[in-house]
Amino acid sequence: MKILVGYKRVVDYNVRIQVKPDGSGVVTDGVKLSANPFDDIALEEALRLREKGVASEVVVVGIGPADLTAHLRNGLAMGANRAIHVVAADAVQPLTAARVFLKLIEKEQPGLVLLGKQAIDDDANQTGQMLAALWDRPQATFAGKVEIADGKATVTREVDAGLEVIEAELPAVITVDLRLNEPRFIKLPDIMKAKAKPIDSIDFGSLGVAAHDQLKTTHYAAPAKRSKGVMVKDAAELVAALKQKGLL
Amino acid sequence: MSKILVIAEHLGGTLNSSTARAVSAAIAVKGDAIDVLVLSDAPDAIAAEAARIDGVSRVLAVARAENAHPLAAVLAPQIAKAAAGYSHVFAPSTTFGKDLAPRVAALLGVAQVSDVMSVEASHTFRRPIYAGNAIVTVEADAAHTVVATIRTASWPAAGSGAGSAPVEALVIDAALPAHTRFVALQQGGSDRPDLQSASKVVSGGRGVGSKENFDIVYKFADKIGAAVGASRAAVDAGYCPNEMQVGQTGKIIAPELYMAIGISGAIQHLTGIKDAGTIVAINKDGEAPIFEVADFGLVGDLFKIIPELEAALG
Ligand SMILES: Cc1cc2nc3c(=O)[nH]c(=O)nc-3n(C[C@H](O)[C@H](O)[C@H](O)COP(=O)(O)OP(=O)(O)OC[C@H]3O[C@@H](n4cnc5c(N)ncnc54)[C@H](O)[C@@H]3O)c2cc1C
Ligand SMILES: Cc1cc2nc3c(=O)[nH]c(=O)nc-3n(C[C@H](O)[C@H](O)[C@H](O)COP(=O)(O)OP(=O)(O)OC[C@H]3O[C@@H](n4cnc5c(N)ncnc54)[C@H](O)[C@@H]3O)c2cc1C
Repeated sequence: MKILVGYKRVVDYNVRIQVKPDGSGVVTDGVKLSANPFDDIALEEALRLREKGVASEVVVVGIGPADLTAHLRNGLAMGANRAIHVVAADAVQPLTAARVFLKLIEKEQPGLVLLGKQAIDDDANQTGQMLAALWDRPQATFAGKVEIADGKATVTREVDAGLEVIEAELPAVITVDLRLNEPRFIKLPDIMKAKAKPIDSIDFGSLGVAAHDQLKTTHYAAPAKRSKGVMVKDAAELVAALKQKGLL
Repeated sequence: MSKILVIAEHLGGTLNSSTARAVSAAIAVKGDAIDVLVLSDAPDAIAAEAARIDGVSRVLAVARAENAHPLAAVLAPQIAKAAAGYSHVFAPSTTFGKDLAPRVAALLGVAQVSDVMSVEASHTFRRPIYAGNAIVTVEADAAHTVVATIRTASWPAAGSGAGSAPVEALVIDAALPAHTRFVALQQGGSDRPDLQSASKVVSGGRGVGSKENFDIVYKFADKIGAAVGASRAAVDAGYCPNEMQVGQTGKIIAPELYMAIGISGAIQHLTGIKDAGTIVAINKDGEAPIFEVADFGLVGDLFKIIPELEAALG
């Protein structure tokens, strides 16, 4: 079985994002970029399935500008067999990303597609679900545990009410949550080995994917700031203050 | 001429309050009609509850055995059909709505607006990105149905009781897949208030130190009638179950009182609480970032302070 893994590059989660004063966007020049943390988890899960003999090949997919290659090399160094780079100068929205994945699925015929539950830049939390709909296949979102056997995936999902277990016939789309696993660290020899692994580059335009139906972002603003309050000296003063506000 | 279809969230035969919050956002669109769609195997009681929400024009109830559990692959084709004639389809931005709405949007071939914080105009919305570090204004194409999830913490629940909307049975002719099956739901099963709708929340972090120590957080929460939350570090360390996580990748909540105990205040955690009324921080490190956003801060050892708080409460 082949597994396709979404491997998106985003602003590193440690970067404090600043909105440009004119509201035209956020400052991304020179900020550190990393793999979307959820995508590292998706890749780790795919690699473990390969190590268990469930999967035979792991392919990382990135949709983005020409300089995405270095990022995809990290995915290869982590252990993916090969990478597909869909070269798109402009960032793509979830519906477009899902349509791109569908095109790749038609060509690659994977048994499983693993994506992050959300990308931490746009926090859209849409791509996997949209892809599953377009592909007319099962989706198991927010996966905290994945077991593959007998042509189906049994997935424990982290939902508001607790943990939900569902069964999905393969092929299927699974989007991963934070507690599924802890991604491995990349070792130096792996970086050397990754240099020899193939990256197929496909021009976004050649896929014939419509990129209309887009949302237009017209303005960026900094969030309303909470102001710093007061420090109290002890428990009694805290209880008194909360009682005075009618909170206790 | 807006007509909004709100997807009802329910569990165990009861309507979730997230539905009334999504109705609030629908009211803000200032449309002509707000219909609530209840998909269930036994929708009657849920539909009756939805009919009482202020502002609702009609409740549409779909009874199908396949709807016994909220599987997106099963519900989405029904909603996509029911959406005909509606300008907007809203679902709450809970794990239920987040799972379901994008599947509906893709079936309709439209983009989705996630986590609507405010409605600026019928097709213009504000939503957070980068863990709430930036708020964007987005415009959806007015020529198509808008599918959106509603950030529940940004919206009060629409009032309930005054309304008496008619309930209509709806038969949807849609072939439903059998490739996805519900197996089980494991719930924490606590008697405490629900984290997402509680007016008071007490959360513990890594500073609490162990699963056993978390008992003092539960005990204190019970004393003041609060729901209990946690940071990701506390959940990851196994001190408490996943459904208690508050933050960017956990629950986004807006209680009147939020007490963070032994939580440092990482940006991903703060994303989950920035709409809280009053934030209290208890931390032994006076430099912890949580104090930058706390209305009341108290520096000290939580194991000493919590018993003192209980004593002061009498
Ligand atoms: C500041 C800013 C401005 C932007 N402006 C525009 C704009 O004007 N026009 C525009 O079209 N887009 C724009 N985008 C980008 C675009 O909106 C997002 O990339 C897109 O919405 C995807 O959202 P998401 O990644 O949050 O999706 P999610 O649904 O949260 O992503 C879930 C998963 O899908 C997979 N995935 C998604 N995208 C990719 C990808 N590119 N490569 C590989 N895997 C992927 C990953 O596995 C990811 O974990 C902008 C983004 C930012 C941050
Ligand atoms: C993609 C991504 C998503 C994330 N999503 C979330 C999320 O949804 N929610 C979330 O919470 N985090 C999230 N995180 C993690 C976040 O970055 C922090 O790691 C986490 O919030 C830290 O939890 P903490 O404050 O409990 O632990 P720590 O940062 O370790 O803080 C513990 C605090 O306890 C204090 N303390 C220790 N002992 C005592 C004592 N005896 N008395 C009083 N105080 C004491 C310490 O001074 C310290 O400030 C996410 C991270 C990533 C990368």
